[in-house]
Amino acid sequence: MNASASKTAAPAGIIAVRNLVKQFGRFAALRGVSAEFDAGKFHVILGDNGAGKTTLLRALAGLAHPTRGEISILGRNPRDASREIGYMAHPSLLYDEMSGMENLRYFARLYEIAGDGRCRQVIQAVGLDPELSRPVGKYSQGMRQRMSLARAILHDPKILLLDEPFSNVDAHSAREMVGLLKGMCDAGKTIFVVTHQAALLEGVADEFVWMQAGQIIDRTHRLVRDLDRAVEP
Amino acid sequence: MTSFWSITLVTLAKDIRLEWRSKDALNAMLFFSLLVVVIFVFSFDPLAEESRHIVGGLVWVAFLFAAVVALNQTWARELRNQVLDAYRVSPAPATALFLAKVLGNFIMVSLLEALMAPLFVIFYNLRVLGPAWQLIPVALLGTWALVVNGTFFAAMSLRTRSRELMLPLLLFPVSIPAVISMVAATTNILTGEDSAHFFIVLLLTYDVVFTTACLALFETVLQAE
Repeated sequence: MNASASKTAAPAGIIAVRNLVKQFGRFAALRGVSAEFDAGKFHVILGDNGAGKTTLLRALAGLAHPTRGEISILGRNPRDASREIGYMAHPSLLYDEMSGMENLRYFARLYEIAGDGRCRQVIQAVGLDPELSRPVGKYSQGMRQRMSLARAILHDPKILLLDEPFSNVDAHSAREMVGLLKGMCDAGKTIFVVTHQAALLEGVADEFVWMQAGQIIDRTHRLVRDLDRAVEP
Repeated sequence: MTSFWSITLVTLAKDIRLEWRSKDALNAMLFFSLLVVVIFVFSFDPLAEESRHIVGGLVWVAFLFAAVVALNQTWARELRNQVLDAYRVSPAPATALFLAKVLGNFIMVSLLEALMAPLFVIFYNLRVLGPAWQLIPVALLGTWALVVNGTFFAAMSLRTRSRELMLPLLLFPVSIPAVISMVAATTNILTGEDSAHFFIVLLLTYDVVFTTACLALFETVLQAE
């Protein structure tokens, strides 16, 4: 990681990125992103394909190392704050050959969570049955997304980073997932969602972050951009 | 430290469970080794006295190539659904993952050796003329040498486009001192003409050096993009 990325200048309680640049070869996925995000809020990141949304999320999760710039998660670098971060990617991040419960049991041990109680609790929270014994590979796409969310919230993180959590999820299930996330946000969690289905989050999200060509071009409280307003990321 | 061993063991148990269900690596390794035995039996006269001199090389070459199959599988299953990212974002130590993978591969390759060794003995009409018990430390240390480097280089080549080609290209040159020691020690024990002690010590030294280096460097490999 860039040496400067490990600096922890921002005060605790804030997620901050400063002059964040991420290059893949000659392609710059993030071009000097600077922003501060309040803790305990629901942030939705929007933008066209290739805008840099997923890269920003991966950088916050500590999976994409910045080429330049700084990231501060609650006053720490992402690696040191790993216990506070729950990450859900577009792929499921689950073993297809194991059941949902077996998957969660394994990941629970990585966070030193003993026993099955917490695993059962989060599986039920996402609307699945903990007794379901068939392997995750045989789940429907929607069930897989829910189980993936269960894995992300397993260790009760303070910050949730969710990449396309509602893709391939039916409308009813998506609304249930939104309700769950809203409840978590009300309980003080900070939530970042990258999605192309932002309409689901209208009235739920505190902020919509608009990205284009690797930069934040606007931040709004509603799902409409006032194009007359000066763009001040 | 308790957490480290707990994560190592739970990861090892998970890998064994996944392999037991799919049997991807074990089947491929078994068939490959069986083919090597059969092909060489038809290529050489298995009753010849020379077999004692060449079988040490044959055995280890067969196991080395077969191990590559298992080593590639080890990390391939972590790439499906990008599960490795779930480990990377967790606070679990990288070295626990590495050690679990090494132990898993060690168990797999040792199992293969245990199954294939009697076939080598039968097909090549082998009779050990030296101290046979020394074959055990040679097998254990030699297998560890193969899997510790193999697991490390398989992780290194994980994100390369032709990783199945990259692994042998990286692994084989580094393994030359270990392979020479394994083959020489096995031949010396089989023929009883010379002591294998020097090569066993060499293997032990090799294992200590490379295990330490791989453990020290694995965090960098795991977090690389």
